Amino acid sequence: MRRSGAERVLVEGTGEGEVVVLHEPLSFWGGLEAATGRIVDRRHPQHGVSIARAVVVMPAGRGSSSSSSVLAEAVRRGTAPVVILLARPDQIVALGAIVAKELYGTAPPVVVLDEHRFRDAARWRRARVEASSRGLVLHATN
Amino acid sequence: MGGPTLSASDRALLDGSRGEGAALAMRIVVRMSEIQGARRLIDVASAHIDGCLYHGPAGLDFAERLAAGGARVAIPTTLNVSSLDLLHPERYRGDPETATNARRLMDVYVEMGCRQTWTCAPYQIADVRPTLGQHVAWAESNAIVFANSVLGARTDRYGDFIDICAAVTGRVPEAGFHLEANRRGEIVFGLNRLSPTLLAEDSFYPVLGHLVGLRSGSLVPVIDDLPSGTSEDRLKALGAAAASSGSVALFHAVGVTPEAPTLEDALKGEPPREVVEVEPASVRRARDELSSGAVEPLDAVSVGTPHFSLAEIGRLASLLSGRRVHREVAFYVSTGRDVLGEANRRGWVAELEARGVRFVTDTCTYVTPILAEDTRAVMTSSAKWAYYAPGNLGVDVVFGSLRECVESAVEGRVVRDEALWG
Repeated sequence: MRRSGAERVLVEGTGEGEVVVLHEPLSFWGGLEAATGRIVDRRHPQHGVSIARAVVVMPAGRGSSSSSSVLAEAVRRGTAPVVILLARPDQIVALGAIVAKELYGTAPPVVVLDEHRFRDAARWRRARVEASSRGLVLHATN
Repeated sequence: MGGPTLSASDRALLDGSRGEGAALAMRIVVRMSEIQGARRLIDVASAHIDGCLYHGPAGLDFAERLAAGGARVAIPTTLNVSSLDLLHPERYRGDPETATNARRLMDVYVEMGCRQTWTCAPYQIADVRPTLGQHVAWAESNAIVFANSVLGARTDRYGDFIDICAAVTGRVPEAGFHLEANRRGEIVFGLNRLSPTLLAEDSFYPVLGHLVGLRSGSLVPVIDDLPSGTSEDRLKALGAAAASSGSVALFHAVGVTPEAPTLEDALKGEPPREVVEVEPASVRRARDELSSGAVEPLDAVSVGTPHFSLAEIGRLASLLSGRRVHREVAFYVSTGRDVLGEANRRGWVAELEARGVRFVTDTCTYVTPILAEDTRAVMTSSAKWAYYAPGNLGVDVVFGSLRECVESAVEGRVVRDEALWG
């Protein structure tokens, strides 16, 4: 299927926090513990790492559509990332954020970055993101 | 990109013509349409809902918000497995608070007009089956791949939240597998290096599915050299496995599935991206991957993932015939309540229960606590069960054919026919 290489704001919003890089796609369902924001997928390279209130940089989500529910649950509990930066579009991640925003009034912005900016963001310690239909502001903070 | 073109009735829904719940549902359909880059929305004839399985309060909050806003399904809508077996409530071993919330979630979906099918295999109910070319909004990975592949219907990969929004609005983005071009086969699997004896064996099909899923990822596989007339139950197992190990939503089987009378049809006249000649050693490896760890002593057998068909229950009855399940083995068969009803009318349910088989309906042994806490080793004929259960339940699994599962259940230890796999 056609894949887009362009940058896209899938879900608008603003967030700032510590950058956590996931080297492999993460399935929130079965992989994220909503109670704590910790990665519990034993096969994932960042197993044990917390993504609660982090600026997550990951290639994409993976697996079941139930990942949308898990992300919404994490938002409800306050353990969700504050920003999700992806290398390619992911409907399931975006949908979780969209529903969370409808239910709880808040959700992480979900943004697809181009290869160059994705690599940059992965090197930062902290980042701030302002994502809207008008554009994307993304920079390292310290 | 400006978002999809909306019809007058789409706009009316957004404006609240059918209430706040329907407006919320339409807002979500439109947002997803923007994300997928669809030019417009299309009608769907039916929906199959996954969101009725309890994952936590957020899912219940969403359903209750829709229902409280007056949302009702606009099209025939079936329900996937839930967290509870309402026909055999004693099966559930989880905590009561979760059960209460899970039951509330089920009730809310019924309030919104969904049909109480409670099965991951809605295509096994005659009046639910979509027809060739018909657009539907189905969730549940095995149901999606069955509807697309075996029936030639057209569904994208729907799931939590978007499934009920599609059911309430009757509308979906014209994207993904609703589009002809996206249904083109991309990776071809040739089977003519495998023996006909292997292709005649039921348990080959979930193993093949596991292998095809791993190699295909989200590409559309085309399987060549399957015997014409390959049964729906075999295709069901193949698809379910491929949707688990990979994210296959559509496969073509040349000369077997409706969109692939020939290889060229499946490829829509384009060259494939890749061609794989499947070797016996790869098949053996795929089967071995489905088994994990030590499985002695054998604690349980679990079959029926996806839910057993009537034919499969009949086969189980004839395989077990005259014998009993060993008293130290718990033998579970998961199926839909409609199929259970038909099997019951044939006398198979009473007969199998008398021989120690436990039926599970409305749910499944790996999505809710049914197996005893101390269960360590389980045998299954389902590649999908073998794939998910170790992670979900912390058990070790051995994969075998239904016949091997029955022999093992009777003997009380794992019995397998190694010669079959070469």
